[in-house]
Amino acid sequence: MTPDQLFQLFIAGLTIGSIYALIALGFVVIHNVTGVINLAQGEFAMLGALIAITLTSETPLFNRAFTVSWNLPLVVGIVLATLLVMGVGALVYLIVIRAARTDSVIIQIIITIGIAIALRGIALIIWGTDPYRLPEFSEGPPIHIGGAVLTRQDLWVIGSALALFILLYLFFQRTFIGASLRACSVNRTAARLMGINVPHMMLLAFVLSAGIGALAGIVIAPKTFMGYDTGTYLGLKGFVAAIVIGGLSDERGAIIGGLLLGILEILAAGLISSGYKDAIAFLVLVVVLLVQTTGILRRGTRREAAGV
Amino acid sequence: MQRQILALTLFVIAILVLAACAAPVAAPAPAPAPTTAAQPTAAPQAAAGEPYKIGFVTSITGPASSLGIPERDTALMIQDQVNKAGGIKGPDGNMHPIELIVEDDASDASKATLAAKKLVEQDNVAVLIGSSGSPASLAMIETATKNSTPMISMASASQIVNPIAERKWIFKTPQANQPVTAVQLDWLKANGITKVASIGVNNAFGKDSRDAMNEQFKAAGIEVLADEVFQPGDKDFTAQLTKIKGLNPQAVIVHATPGEGAPLTVQYHTLGMTAPLLHNHGIGNKDFINLAQDSAEGVMFPIGKLLVANSLPDSDPQKAVLLKYIADYGAFTNGKAPSSFGGHGWDAVEIALAGLESVGPDRAKLRDYFENNVRNFVGISGIFNWSPTDHVGIGKESLVLVKIKDGTWAFVAPDQYKMTQ
Amino acid sequence: MERTTVSASHDTASATTLAPARQIKLLARHPNLIAFAILVGVLALLPLILKNNYQISVLNFIGLNTILTVGLALLMGYAGQVSLGQAVFYGLGGYGAGILAQRAGIPPFAAIVGAAVITGLIALLLGIPLLRLRGHFLAVATLGLNVIFLLIATNETDLTGGPNGLSMPTDLSLGNFVFDTDFEFYILIWLVTLAILALSLNIVNSRIGRAFRAIHSSEIAAETLGVNTARLKLQVLVLSAVYASVAGSLYAYWIGIVSPSDFSISFSIELVVMVAIGGLASVWGAIFGAAVVTLLIELLRNFLPQLLRGASGEQQIVAFGILLVLIMVLMPEGLTTGTWKYIRKWRDQKKVSNSK
Repeated sequence: MTPDQLFQLFIAGLTIGSIYALIALGFVVIHNVTGVINLAQGEFAMLGALIAITLTSETPLFNRAFTVSWNLPLVVGIVLATLLVMGVGALVYLIVIRAARTDSVIIQIIITIGIAIALRGIALIIWGTDPYRLPEFSEGPPIHIGGAVLTRQDLWVIGSALALFILLYLFFQRTFIGASLRACSVNRTAARLMGINVPHMMLLAFVLSAGIGALAGIVIAPKTFMGYDTGTYLGLKGFVAAIVIGGLSDERGAIIGGLLLGILEILAAGLISSGYKDAIAFLVLVVVLLVQTTGILRRGTRREAAGV
Repeated sequence: MQRQILALTLFVIAILVLAACAAPVAAPAPAPAPTTAAQPTAAPQAAAGEPYKIGFVTSITGPASSLGIPERDTALMIQDQVNKAGGIKGPDGNMHPIELIVEDDASDASKATLAAKKLVEQDNVAVLIGSSGSPASLAMIETATKNSTPMISMASASQIVNPIAERKWIFKTPQANQPVTAVQLDWLKANGITKVASIGVNNAFGKDSRDAMNEQFKAAGIEVLADEVFQPGDKDFTAQLTKIKGLNPQAVIVHATPGEGAPLTVQYHTLGMTAPLLHNHGIGNKDFINLAQDSAEGVMFPIGKLLVANSLPDSDPQKAVLLKYIADYGAFTNGKAPSSFGGHGWDAVEIALAGLESVGPDRAKLRDYFENNVRNFVGISGIFNWSPTDHVGIGKESLVLVKIKDGTWAFVAPDQYKMTQ
Repeated sequence: MERTTVSASHDTASATTLAPARQIKLLARHPNLIAFAILVGVLALLPLILKNNYQISVLNFIGLNTILTVGLALLMGYAGQVSLGQAVFYGLGGYGAGILAQRAGIPPFAAIVGAAVITGLIALLLGIPLLRLRGHFLAVATLGLNVIFLLIATNETDLTGGPNGLSMPTDLSLGNFVFDTDFEFYILIWLVTLAILALSLNIVNSRIGRAFRAIHSSEIAAETLGVNTARLKLQVLVLSAVYASVAGSLYAYWIGIVSPSDFSISFSIELVVMVAIGGLASVWGAIFGAAVVTLLIELLRNFLPQLLRGASGEQQIVAFGILLVLIMVLMPEGLTTGTWKYIRKWRDQKKVSNSK
């Protein structure tokens, strides 16, 4: 491998890792505020992309029972699709999760698995098995940086991930609602006692995560295309990325985890073996976990021993 | 209380969603029509007989659903056509409607086994068709064999019908991978290419194709510089392609279906790779061109004649059958373009019907019919000649090399294989 | 463990020799014994009612899934460890028995035992580092294990047969008797299932079981009381792995072929769903969960097309997803406890309305 090729791999890892990071961020926001591990997060990404595609280009629906051709401008389509998926996130919370909010973690996980299965099935009925393509956000030839090539969409992916991270950071740190959300993640009871409407915050967390997921699906769709089952794949990777560094409760951990997973996968495929790519990535992650958790455990035990 | 109220809401939503969703799907797929007197039957002189049952296991959900759904729709289309015409005339002289019982295996071998058992043991079907994928088909073999039920698979692995001594009851309609590779090999030889690289999906489909390639290319003295794989569902192929790019192959062979094959082809062009791209028959539907768009231009792949039916000479015995299938399938599915997968389903169901017409719903007689009487059967994938030593019955002659040009498929005759520089 | 099984047979033996009145009292004090007897009765009667091998096969799958979920319920409910990779041990049993029989040429039952021993050892070696992880971290690590296992099964074609799978070299036979029909496998699978149920019930009701529950409620508290939590957790993991391995070997011999798709991550998740539906921390819940999920899928397959014209695989998964959500929302304690709660509530309401 020449340095140019290595750089090429690094950029590819960064691109795909940005998507994992965005999905992981969705997991963390919901988990922090509500305590729920939402395994339907990948389905939000799938829905976002497929709705955006439907709004902006001619798309046959329901096994070709009818075809829609609204052909909205791309920007309008993206905004509408994101809002619609946010609506789906709100419905998921209001109809199902709210009723189950006192249940144990594992029960909530199973509920979100059920939601994911149902959403995937509905998408299969509406859009069929064909993958769809969203046009690239900006047309133009690929860009050469050193010996590496990247498409304009790659820049969009990395750029929009970065922009979302910054916006979310500002939202959580600088706004009153953001602070209320953070309060819920630190201590829900205390937050309620401070007059924060916790159920509203939970609803907001679901809406926000659905939006982040939808955007992730939309920006990646021109590059990877989107089918009814792509969400499962993205959800799984995002789930791993969310846990591995930050343990599902740290936004920065989710971002680092996503980028790490993306880069590891690509490097493993390029340098070692494409057949064992995922295995190598997981092996490294588990070793990271073991090294790291031993540290946390030690700290935890000491704290417990000290009576804290 | 909130729990129950919400649950009730959910339940109502479920009913509404399901009803709404089922309706459009149900429209083109009516339940097996009972032969009522009101129906204009084609053969009014014949009495109505009991329906002939055909079991159909396919992957409607899960990773193989892009194969399973066109297969199912094709089968439902044939059922619709046959029953509207009053059914098929059995050996007893009566007209029998056909009853196609479709089961989803969710692309999973153990669910395919259970589905096969249901069809064979409970529904008592005369013949079992399925499944879409090789592992699922292989898992169904035991059920079919133990119950002495003929089974027609729609999957590619040659293991499904070999060793033939143990596969007395098993037949299949898609070409094996060997002839596909043979066509690719002819093209490489015509262009004097000796160094290629390969990239394929790491599942049963890709593995069989890669095995055939490695075996035949080695024998022909063509060096495979890299034999890379990716996982089903992967979206980024930069790593594998970068590696291949560094090796400077004269051509690149891809073993994939459109879900991964299309983004792979786009990324191939983004990386500025220019070596000719040879896919296998996995990309034989319109999705590939729709998704890869400009990057699809110039891609070549061997496939059955379905995609280039229009440019076949009128003397070709398959031409009429192919054109009729394309028209019928389009009409039945509101304008969907047919794929070679649907073609595998068409071949399986039509051969089963030919058997039923001739010997009736007797499992042993049907098997013997398949082995001895499927001769020069003009199907979608080729002209079938099943025999006691060959349960696939189509080979290299059923394939053509196709090149994607101006967003559609163009037929490349063997004398045009040599590229002009 | 051996000691506990012996005491179980001792219980039953003494129960039969007691006077009827005392016997009933004893049974009332041993609900497990009654439930077990009912289960055996039902299993003996079911084949008389069932019409065909398809229905027998559904029961076989329920049996195999029960073996898997009982182990997982011990791990999740009692030891508090979530595993998203239980299919790995199931797969090791299937592939292990096949490879041992093929390579070493040993008889089938020896291959099943051999595979179980190897799987137990692998679980032990993996458990030592992995069980230091907790909660979500363990879930992700086990998920990774499943990914790695699937890749090995797919890539190492010479050993595993690759994506098309590994065909079992021989039928399952014991002496001259060959297990050939679905019914013969029904008897074998359910005998093993009953044995594993009995063993697990004994473990749960033993000192070890109390230690498990102590770990589940508070690991630190259990530690201070002198329970070696790390060792106990490891033991449960190994036990559940051995269960899964046996199930995998039986599956492989019954179907005749194993392939990577049988041991997917979605199957691991399906097993967790079964345990949750049955109710965590309940051996009886495990069998209930396995039965409900397996039957639900088959019932949807059989009846949904009759309810909705043209309903096919797509509608079946939507219905399955929504039913899953419904069950969990209505009965978050799992079906076993949940059903009791509803019955009790209904009875109380009736009492109230009667007294009015």
